[in-house]
Amino acid sequence: MNGPANPRRGLTALWPDASSSPAARWAAIAVVALALAVLPFVAGLQGNAWVRILDFALLYVMLALGLNIVVGYAGLLDLGYVAFYAVGAYLYALLASPHLAENFEWIAQTFPEGLHSSIWLVVPLGAGLAALFGVLLGAPTLRLRGDYLAIVTLGFGEIVRIFMNNLNSPVNLTNGPQGISNIDPIHVAGVNLGKTHTFLGVEVPSVHLYYYLFLTLAIVIIVLTVRLQDSRLGRAWMAIREDEIAAKAMGINTRNVKLLAFAMGASFGGVAGAMFASFQGFVSPESFTLMESIVIVAMVVLGGMGHVPGVILGAVLLYAIPEVLRFVAKPAQEALFGHEVIAPEALRMLLFGLSMVLIMLYRPAGLWPAGAAKGRRPQ
Amino acid sequence: MNLLDVQGVDKRFGGLQALSQVSVQIRRGSIHGLIGPNGAGKTTFFNVITGLYTPDAGRFTLNGMAYEPTAVHDVARAGIARTFQNIRLFGEMSALENVMVGRHIRSRAGAWAAMLRLPSQRREEEQIREHAMQLLDYVGIGRYAHQPSRTLSYGDQRRLEIARALATEPQLLALDEPAAGMNATEKLALRELLEAIRKDGRTLLLIEHDVKLVMGLCDQVTVLDYGKVIAQGEPAQVRSNPAVIEAYLGQAHG
Repeated sequence: MNGPANPRRGLTALWPDASSSPAARWAAIAVVALALAVLPFVAGLQGNAWVRILDFALLYVMLALGLNIVVGYAGLLDLGYVAFYAVGAYLYALLASPHLAENFEWIAQTFPEGLHSSIWLVVPLGAGLAALFGVLLGAPTLRLRGDYLAIVTLGFGEIVRIFMNNLNSPVNLTNGPQGISNIDPIHVAGVNLGKTHTFLGVEVPSVHLYYYLFLTLAIVIIVLTVRLQDSRLGRAWMAIREDEIAAKAMGINTRNVKLLAFAMGASFGGVAGAMFASFQGFVSPESFTLMESIVIVAMVVLGGMGHVPGVILGAVLLYAIPEVLRFVAKPAQEALFGHEVIAPEALRMLLFGLSMVLIMLYRPAGLWPAGAAKGRRPQ
Repeated sequence: MNLLDVQGVDKRFGGLQALSQVSVQIRRGSIHGLIGPNGAGKTTFFNVITGLYTPDAGRFTLNGMAYEPTAVHDVARAGIARTFQNIRLFGEMSALENVMVGRHIRSRAGAWAAMLRLPSQRREEEQIREHAMQLLDYVGIGRYAHQPSRTLSYGDQRRLEIARALATEPQLLALDEPAAGMNATEKLALRELLEAIRKDGRTLLLIEHDVKLVMGLCDQVTVLDYGKVIAQGEPAQVRSNPAVIEAYLGQAHG
C-alpha cells in the first residue's frame, strides 16, 4: 500500500499489525477463538451458574455495543436504551409462547399448534421493530442535546416499561406485571438450545449452547460496529458528536444521520432482547427498569465511549464484577468478621458507585479510550 | 460574470436591523473581501448566505441558479463551503478524518454498504482517503494527518478548516476571519495559500479585520456599516471613499 498507513482503529489495534506476517495474524485469531470456544467448559467446572454469567455478559456486550453507536459515536446521551431491549424481548415472547393463542381466539385457530418462531425470523424482525422504535424516539428529540436529550430518552424508556406493565387490559397483550412465561427456547439448525445435547461424545448443556449463539451474535455485532465506525456514516456520526454546526456546514443532513444512529443502535438492542427472552423463557417489565439503562450507559462510559474494545471491556467488567461479588462477598465477610456486615446487594451498589467516582476522577475518558491504542492520551 | 449574486437581504433580530437591503455580487474566480467596523453585520451576512440564519428578505443566485439558504447542509450541497470565526474542527478526530468528513456530500456509501464492506464502498473509501490526504498536503499540513485535530497549532487548525471546506469541492469558499489571531509570518503564509486557491480557479469570500491583508489580497471589496453596504469596488477606490473613512475613523470636525 502506498501513502501513509491507515491509522489502526478499533479491534485491529489488538492484533499483530499489517506489517507482521499473515501467519502471525491467523495465529492470534486462532488463539483467541480457541480460548473463547473452551471458556464455557472451563467456567462450567465450577457449575453452570458461571456459564450463565458468561451468557449474560455476552448479552450486555451486545447491548453496550448497540448503545455505543448512539452515545459513543453520535454523542447522543440515551437513558432509555433498555426500551429497545424490552421491545425485542416482548416481540420474541409473543411470537414464541402460548400467550397470544390463549388470549386471542383467531390466533389459536390460525396456529393450531401454537405460535413458534424461527430464529431466522426473530432476529431480523426484532432488529427491524426495535429500529422503528429507535426512529420513534429519535424523531421528537432531534433538536435536543445533552441533559435535555437524556431526560426525554429516560421518559421514553419508562413509557415503554409502563406500557408493558399495563397492557393486560382491555386486551391482554403483555400479561402485565405477571409477564409472559413458557417462551420457546431457540432452535438453530434443528438443535434445541434449551436441552443438553451430546456432540462427539461431549455433553454440551443448554447454557453452553446459548453461550455459542450469543458469542456468534456478539462477534457479528462487533464486526458491524467496527465497520460502521470506519465508514462515511461513522465519520458523519462522530462529526455530529464533535460539532453539530460544523457537521451541517459540511453538508451532513444531521436529521437523517441522527435517526440512523438511533435506529442502528436500537436494532442491536432488539436482537439482544429477543435472545434474552428465549434464554430466560420468561419476560416481565421488571427486567427493563431505568436502572438497566443506566448500567448500560455506565458500561459504555466506563469502558471508553466510541471505542469498541473499551466498550466490550466495560460491559464484561460491570456485569461480571457484581456477579463475582455475589459469590465472594458473603464467605469473605464471614471469614474476616465472623458474620455478614453488608449484604452483597448493598455492597454491589456501593462498589458500583465508588468505582464510577474513581473512574471519573482518574480516567475520565474511560478505562480503554480510543486514543490509547494510538499512543495518545486524552486530556 | 458573477458566481454569487445576493440582492436586497434583510435580517432583523427583534428591534435590531442587522442587515438592510444588502446586495453583494461576487465575481467568479475572484477574492472578495467583506469588511466593516465591529457590529457592522459581516458575520450575520455570512450566516445568512450559508443558511445558518434565515433572512427576512432577499434573493440569492449561485452560479446562475436561484438557491434558498434555508438549511445549512443544502447550502453546502449547492456549493458554498465555509470556515468559522472561532475554529470549529472535529477535535477528537484526526486531521485526515476531519477532511474525510468534508467528502461526505461527494460520496454516497450508506449503512448497508458499510456493514457489508461492498467492493464499491471500499473503493470509495480509498478515494476519499486519497483525496483528503492530497488536500492536507495542498494546505501544507500533511505531516499531521494522523494527529487529533485539537493538538494542531492555531495556524494549522485554520489551514485544516480550509482543507476540510475545500474537500466539499465548493464553488465559493467563504472564510470568516481566517487571519484572526495570526502573527505576521502566519498571515503571509495564509495569504500565499489563499492566492494559490484562487489560482486554482476557486472563488473566495472573506471577512477580515486586517485592512492591510484585505487591500493587498482582494480583487473586490464590500464595506458594511450598520447593516448597510456603504461602498463596493476595487480596494483602491474603496480606500479613498469618504463614507468608508468616516465609518472607520469617525467624521472630521471643523
